[in-house]
Amino acid sequence: MSEHIVPLRVYIGIFVALLLLTALTTGVAYVDLGAFNTVAALAIAVVKMLLVVLFFMHVKYSSGLTKVFILAGVLFFAILVTLTLADELTRHWSPTPSGWGALLPFFTRFF
Amino acid sequence: MAVHNAHPPGFAHQFEDMEQQREAGSLGMWVFLLTELMFFGGLFASYIIYRALYLPSFEIGSHLLEVKFGALNTAVLIGSSLTMALAIRSAQVGRRGAQVGFLITTMILGAAFLFFKFTFEWHHDYLEHLVPGFGFVIRPEWGAAGAHVPMFFCFYFFMTGLHAIHMIIGLGILTVLTIMAHRGRFNPQYYSPLEVSGLYWHFVDIVWIFLFPLLYLIGGRYMGAGH
Repeated sequence: MSEHIVPLRVYIGIFVALLLLTALTTGVAYVDLGAFNTVAALAIAVVKMLLVVLFFMHVKYSSGLTKVFILAGVLFFAILVTLTLADELTRHWSPTPSGWGALLPFFTRFF
Repeated sequence: MAVHNAHPPGFAHQFEDMEQQREAGSLGMWVFLLTELMFFGGLFASYIIYRALYLPSFEIGSHLLEVKFGALNTAVLIGSSLTMALAIRSAQVGRRGAQVGFLITTMILGAAFLFFKFTFEWHHDYLEHLVPGFGFVIRPEWGAAGAHVPMFFCFYFFMTGLHAIHMIIGLGILTVLTIMAHRGRFNPQYYSPLEVSGLYWHFVDIVWIFLFPLLYLIGGRYMGAGH
């Protein structure tokens, strides 16, 4: 329900948590974790996003309809990133069969 | 059936009651924000791919940004999100003076963010010849990876620039809200303009929450500036 009034201490608590997470992500960036530096930075960013969305944006107290809309949007963003990467990162896994070059004059006739 | 002259202030006739009106307003704003998510999402997806393609160049570029300004601006923006949420809460509990005060604080913090960004970061980058298209100089010490450092800065300026445009639009919205709050347009039954503008402001905050680690932090900071 959107008219739910969030207690003051919840807002202050979320604010302090967000500041601490900002300090944490900045500090962790200077520690060598190998590939996990990126994982840690993104994981902390996702936690911060959830705190803002759930409490500052009142989604925790919103209707199921609003939550379904948001999840649908996030799903489409996930599709955007996943399918683009699935193409781009696997493009050079296998070489283009060389014999296919012989077909090029045939196709270029149409363009 | 509600009597025509008996409805609360701010109530629009097409809705059953205030609760349904609030719900519809928030849902509509969320639909807009999800189109914004896809708008920024295209940039984020491109950034991920180009970072994978030219990782050494992107690490050099990331090292040329000042983490202290990025972290400071993150804190400033989180503070402005808090004051925005408190402005809405003041409307919910019917305190007009507090609404105006929190809205002005939000604007001051938003303006401070833009001031730090333009003065300490973008202007500095311009003087260091790091703006693609405006006399970018590829430094010899970057070696072979130097050729693609401008690509990092294209992403940096496009992403932070698009974010800054959203902040400037947000400041305009906040100005209108402050005037409306000052005139007593909001009350515990009707504060939808504050609520949906708050959603927008928090969304812009979330974009920065992701830009900060992606641009400033994950470029191998632990290896030191001499890397």
